[in-house]
Amino acid sequence: MSKLKTLLLATAASAVALTGAFAQERGRDGEVKIIYWQAPSILNPYLSGGTKDIESASMVVEPLARFNQDGELVPYLVDSIPTLENGGITADNKTVTWKITDGIKWSDGTPFTSADVAFTAEYCRHPEGGCAQSAKFDGIDKIETPDPLTVIIKYSEPKYVPYSAFVGGQSPIIQKAQFQECLGAKAPECTDANFGPIGTGPFVVTSFKPNDVITMKANENYREAGKPAFATVTFKGGGSAEASGRAVMETGEFDYGWNLQLAPSVIQEMAKGGKGTPISAFGTLIERIEMNMTDPSPSLPEGERATAKHPHPILSDEKVRRALSMAIDRPLLVEIGYGQAGRPACNLVNAPIAYKSDNTGCLVQDIEGAKKLLDEAGWAPGGDGIREKDGKKLKLSYQTSTNAVRQDFQAIIKQNWKDIGVDTELRNLSGSVFFGGDPASPDTFQKFYADVEMYANNFDGTDPEQYLTQYTCDKAPRPETGWQGENINRYCSAEYDKLAVELGRTGDPAKRQALAKKMNDMLTKDSMTIVPLVDRGRVSAHANSLGGVVLNTWDSELWNVADWHRKK
Amino acid sequence: MTDVTSKQEAMKSFTDLGTQQRSQIRDIWDQFTTHKGALIGSFVFFGILFAVVIGPWIWTLDPTFVDIRSRNQGVSFAHPFGTDQLGRDLFARMLEGGRVSIAVGLTAMLLSVILGAAVGVVAGFFQKLDGPLMRLTDLFLALPLLPLLLVIVTLFREPLAASFGPEGGIFILMVSAIGITSWMQTARIVRGDVLALKERDFVLAARSIGTPSRRMITRHVLPNVLSPIMVSATLGIANAIITESALSFLGLGFPPDFPTWGRLLFDAIPYMPQYPMWVVWPGVAISLTVLSVNYMGDGLRDALDPRQRSR
Amino acid sequence: MLTYTIRRLLLAIPTLLFISFVIFAVIKLSPSDPTANLPLTIPPEVREKIRESLGFNEPFIVQFFLWLKQLVVTEPKVWMNNAFGTEFEIGQRMISYQTRSPVLDLIVQRIPQTLWVVGTSYVVGVLIAVPIGIISAYKQYSVFDQIGTFIAMIGFSVPTFFTGVLMILFFSVNLGWFPSIYDTTHVVEDWSSFLFQVKQMIMPTMVLALFNAAQISRYMRSSMLDNLTQDYVRTARAKGLTEKTVVLVHVLRNSMIPVVTVIALNLPSVFGGALITEQVFQVNGLGQLLILAIQGGDVPTVQTVTVIFAVLIVLFNLIADVLYGVLDPRIRYD
Repeated sequence: MSKLKTLLLATAASAVALTGAFAQERGRDGEVKIIYWQAPSILNPYLSGGTKDIESASMVVEPLARFNQDGELVPYLVDSIPTLENGGITADNKTVTWKITDGIKWSDGTPFTSADVAFTAEYCRHPEGGCAQSAKFDGIDKIETPDPLTVIIKYSEPKYVPYSAFVGGQSPIIQKAQFQECLGAKAPECTDANFGPIGTGPFVVTSFKPNDVITMKANENYREAGKPAFATVTFKGGGSAEASGRAVMETGEFDYGWNLQLAPSVIQEMAKGGKGTPISAFGTLIERIEMNMTDPSPSLPEGERATAKHPHPILSDEKVRRALSMAIDRPLLVEIGYGQAGRPACNLVNAPIAYKSDNTGCLVQDIEGAKKLLDEAGWAPGGDGIREKDGKKLKLSYQTSTNAVRQDFQAIIKQNWKDIGVDTELRNLSGSVFFGGDPASPDTFQKFYADVEMYANNFDGTDPEQYLTQYTCDKAPRPETGWQGENINRYCSAEYDKLAVELGRTGDPAKRQALAKKMNDMLTKDSMTIVPLVDRGRVSAHANSLGGVVLNTWDSELWNVADWHRKK
Repeated sequence: MTDVTSKQEAMKSFTDLGTQQRSQIRDIWDQFTTHKGALIGSFVFFGILFAVVIGPWIWTLDPTFVDIRSRNQGVSFAHPFGTDQLGRDLFARMLEGGRVSIAVGLTAMLLSVILGAAVGVVAGFFQKLDGPLMRLTDLFLALPLLPLLLVIVTLFREPLAASFGPEGGIFILMVSAIGITSWMQTARIVRGDVLALKERDFVLAARSIGTPSRRMITRHVLPNVLSPIMVSATLGIANAIITESALSFLGLGFPPDFPTWGRLLFDAIPYMPQYPMWVVWPGVAISLTVLSVNYMGDGLRDALDPRQRSR
Repeated sequence: MLTYTIRRLLLAIPTLLFISFVIFAVIKLSPSDPTANLPLTIPPEVREKIRESLGFNEPFIVQFFLWLKQLVVTEPKVWMNNAFGTEFEIGQRMISYQTRSPVLDLIVQRIPQTLWVVGTSYVVGVLIAVPIGIISAYKQYSVFDQIGTFIAMIGFSVPTFFTGVLMILFFSVNLGWFPSIYDTTHVVEDWSSFLFQVKQMIMPTMVLALFNAAQISRYMRSSMLDNLTQDYVRTARAKGLTEKTVVLVHVLRNSMIPVVTVIALNLPSVFGGALITEQVFQVNGLGQLLILAIQGGDVPTVQTVTVIFAVLIVLFNLIADVLYGVLDPRIRYD
């Protein structure tokens, strides 16, 4: 311990000149306790991809650059962010050069070099590795490392937004020396490495119990003197959002609780405990209703059900979809389900602000307008208050995953729709089945054996290209693709497909933004295929004694854990 | 005193066979009505039953009606049990929920107890069937519940919904799922008792005079394993009501806005510090139902046991 | 009895093979996907690659026999190597989909907290339940019996997800006596750390013990009641035996059969963990391992935990059968 202390003092002393601040000792604040209600299974984000795994690993392994709380890129292990202006990106948008900051060391004391960066790409791009983040490396032709501090990424096609590989919590750099025997099919054999990756981040793993608890200690070789303030970390996983909130705000057993998906009144009540404070921030996560454009009727033969062969008998009519959207009271949904951590939304891409379409038409509920639209569409009120057309009732099935807030939303929206004469049959499904891709199950969200369904989705980073191109015709889940695909509602428009291609070929930011807005509008206010409900922020909570927390929804929530400290 | 009554018993066996049946039922009934716990239990149970069957016709508020303006209300004249976070009337939800919970609880319990008792008696009584039946029980005990239930839903939900309507289909599915996954304990316990019973003198005596197996089971074995069956039945109701709420999380249960006691209880847990009454109503309802069934079972058991009757 | 036991043990092998096959079929039939819990930002092609790399798409039979081979060949070799320093060639160990680490290591890691909490709660439960059951039956309809019945019925009908949270709100939030979150890294090495261990165990253990005791005490009571009125009791009393001997030796012994059955049925579930209670207090034992594995489509973990569970069930049911013979020598299986 004393050895460590002298070492720490030495580094701290050298830092004084640089920062001009007090010489503050690394590890001065003792222990910090973090609780995630989903337990990390592995600390190698390339083998998992679960948010809990990425975020816990982000305290140990770091990317070259991260997004800050405003969605701006900040350099971490490099001197600057490569751009066209500073020459980091070539004019043809095919080559990106990253300059690694000199003197960065791995936690084992060896130097961090470009070889590690190149190896990380090799590791994830190995065809047998099953790397969860391989999409981040799409389009890379090769990676050159002319010297230990230079990484040159060459793309085979122009890459207009090349900030996915090695950027953000999903794509951190792992150490070549540790993982070089773990390529491809051997990846799962390296349990020690996967459970205790060597990193450049502020903390080092001391023990890892999968799906339970991680303990860490401060990284002696961390590049910033005097950081991290905490000497050890206990990172507990499991339980429920409710238990996490309680442990931070009411009993004070933990310092930081992640993603408290609870009703706002429950969080308020917990905050009265006085030990902690809820914090919230917004990102790109949109809770939405997707309208099925195909007929999910069980009377259709398997293989044709919910495919483009049979358009939806009711929802193919744009007027019906619009009426359904108009009837929803979004401000109320926010009030009940999210409080401070939600905003009514009409856009699929509601952030970053540059990509946000000026689309506010849905914010005010319009029951009368909705009724009129349904009248126009030929759905006349029936005897029992439910509309009818050609002897058929206007009845929809509405499914979502099991989650208290979602079930409240279902009840409210059912009521809203009842007010315009639409009957709704609700269904909830276990999340692991609903979001699982088992083609044999009739209950997955891809199969969409219901008329409408509700879930939330977002995109990594700040560029929505991949997100928007999910809705092209060829991406519809269907039997031929094993029911895989991202175009959940089976929207299909030749014009949209054309715009998607164009977006991929456009480099100019202003044009990209215009295109993205156009595509967003086509899906939302023009066609009402996607009915956004709420722009869902993130709520987490920290102990009142914990300082330096900045909630970031664009990257790992623990992105600045090096700055966390105990308030005096 | 015991002497006198045993004489009466003896006398009875000499009386006319035709009246014997009736007097025995009468006897049981008389004993049952003198059992204070059983009387109170039946009173409470039928009270609850009456309330949930008739209640929704008298208290006509729609249990799924969302009235946001009147949410989180306390006990009032308009809402005797208050309202929930969406302004739904909790009294109406309790009544409606009770229908499902009691129906599911009783049916699933009956299914599991009948299945369990049948397997247990047969396995215990017929040596040859003991091995196979008990290994089957082991298999069912070992099957992982969650995946099994998911398989049941995947395979049977749509066919059942098609032939019995959506609600009837779900009811059948749920009751059979609970029944099929909870009979094993009863079977093992009953079998254990039957094994011991089989060697008792009166059974050996009955066998020696050539009583056929069916008669042996119905006259001698079943009445003597009634008490563990009664206990299983009582515990089974509680189990079924709670399991029902767990099933709805898998998407196996009724639609999410459809209240049941188990679900009302579960949904209210996060709100416990703010609105404690939300957990109290369903909690008390479930406990009362189980308690009342337990006392009825106690009374029935005592009434059916001639020795107890004579005490 | 010995031949019977040996015959049953031999028969257990094919039985267990069959059971594990059925379990595997159920798991593979149920909708599951190892990528179900990943963020939707991960595209379908990548998900398919992940599934392929895990061997999730291999034919059913191949997967089953690979699993079987890993369980009965590879893992014992690993164990031998660790225990005796032998140097067997080890192939691919059985890997969990979620953690990409050996399944048996995960299970071993979970055993301490499971035994501490669930095991203790079971012992406590039995210790409470048996005396309560005896007294309740002996003094049927006394105040003691009525209160016992009342508590037992409440204990069984109020689910642990409710009692657990209630306890946390009362003892952790209001009084601050016990931690609401179980610390699995805690090591008992001295008196004060033992005290902490007791403190963090009290709530989950009591919640479970109440639930278990409720059930066992009911069976104990009813079985005692059945036996108390038997002729042999009258005979024993007539012989002039003390009331204590009559009740605690003669009646109790004969009343134990259903209780032994229930305990033998439930002991394997100690290993299976207590899913809800573990969740509420974050004990993260075997129950939590199993539920996360099910949700994560982690077939090898689910299969292994379940099959170990099945082994224990078969074993304990055999023990129960043997015990029947001890309790009532008239019971014969041959």
